Amino acid sequence: MAEPSQPQTVETKAAAAPVQSSPPAASTKDSPDKPTRRGFFKWLTGGWVAFTTGVGMMKILTVRFLYPNVLFVPPSSFKAGYPAEYQIGQVDQRFKEKFGVWIVRNEEGFYALSTTCTHLGCQPNWLEAEQKFKCPCHGSGFYVTGINFEGPAPRPLERYRIMLADDGQILVDKSKKYQFELGQWKDAEALLRV
Amino acid sequence: MWQKIKTHISESQVWKSVIRHGYPDTRRNRTLVVLSNFFLHLHPTKVPSHSLKLSYTWCMGGLTFFLFLVETLTGVLLMFYYRPVGEYAYNDILALREHVPLGIMREIHRWGAHAMVITVWLHMLRVFLTGSYKPPREFNWGIGVVLLTLTLLLSFTGYLLPWDQLAIWAITVGSNMARATPFVGHEGPGAKLLNPGMLGLEDVPLIHATDDARFVLLGGPFVGEATLLRFYVLHCVFIPLAAATLMAVHFWRVRKDGGISTPTDDFSQKAL
Repeated sequence: MAEPSQPQTVETKAAAAPVQSSPPAASTKDSPDKPTRRGFFKWLTGGWVAFTTGVGMMKILTVRFLYPNVLFVPPSSFKAGYPAEYQIGQVDQRFKEKFGVWIVRNEEGFYALSTTCTHLGCQPNWLEAEQKFKCPCHGSGFYVTGINFEGPAPRPLERYRIMLADDGQILVDKSKKYQFELGQWKDAEALLRV
Repeated sequence: MWQKIKTHISESQVWKSVIRHGYPDTRRNRTLVVLSNFFLHLHPTKVPSHSLKLSYTWCMGGLTFFLFLVETLTGVLLMFYYRPVGEYAYNDILALREHVPLGIMREIHRWGAHAMVITVWLHMLRVFLTGSYKPPREFNWGIGVVLLTLTLLLSFTGYLLPWDQLAIWAITVGSNMARATPFVGHEGPGAKLLNPGMLGLEDVPLIHATDDARFVLLGGPFVGEATLLRFYVLHCVFIPLAAATLMAVHFWRVRKDGGISTPTDDFSQKAL
């Protein structure tokens, strides 16, 4: 490919020689269509801005891709049946697997306990005979109230917002939590009085 | 007759297209063996004999690489049977023991993984004890630290794949650490600073349990099926590729930094 174009190159070189000897400003004045150094850098800057913007957008989209639009997980609030279904002193395990919540009824009312151990996040078991929650991972123990009393857990289990829905069923809202050590168990919706 | 066959083969076009040097009985040919081989060219062409002493190197780097190859081979074989779906994963692991000949393939993979973590630590210890992290090898020490992290991450992601209670809760506990990632973990230092409220705008925290570093690792708010798939892909594709790339750089740097460090480094430098 280089060989046939060789005579051409010689010609252009010969033609370019006198232009080189004249000042460059004159040459641009002579032919306004000819690419200038400034024009080239303008184009280059624009090109780089467009390129980096494009790459940046793609990076954002790539990170965003890791966060799905839809999550197939149970909703954060659910109805847990009518208060009459529960007996005093009973720890209800029906919603443990799906929602991660124990519903407990005592003389005062109902509370919804989180099933997440406050040590490292495992799921304790309710031991009916010993009347305690016992975590299989590292042995943390909690009273039926959720107060920690043995093992490495640093604080009591958390409680969730609990109230009565319009149809008279118990409604548990996991988006709001109440921590004992912050004095939040005294809040109105940490305990459902019936 | 024998000589004739030998010449016939070694003078053939096929032979010459593969091997470009004579029998390695001269210094030049021995050098060419290493230089003209893609896999060996990462290595130095000459190695001081005393740097091959087991009492000096413990062969821990080599053993780690060997175990990586074992893990790659056995891992690819396991991939023929294992399905990273909640419905199948646990049973596929059990089936790997009974439903295939040589039911110890998974055990080899598991033991190899434990051994690799041990050898990589011992390799690091040896490099430290012999002062091989010192100039000009500081950069290679840095690469080594990243490789150590990748080895531990391979171990961590592989631990979830049996999909039993031990795996699920171990990963739950382990991934809870990501909550405390600075800025991008929702319980980490600085996470509260990423809030338009800091600029006098509406007070909305940007980092929650549903958009932080832990979420992106697990593919959800807790260890679920999305986590299993994510860890599978990380374990089988992403981390091995990253580790293999860095290993190539690691070995190449050993050569470029003057080969395996030796006690005579100082002497040779003084002599120069």
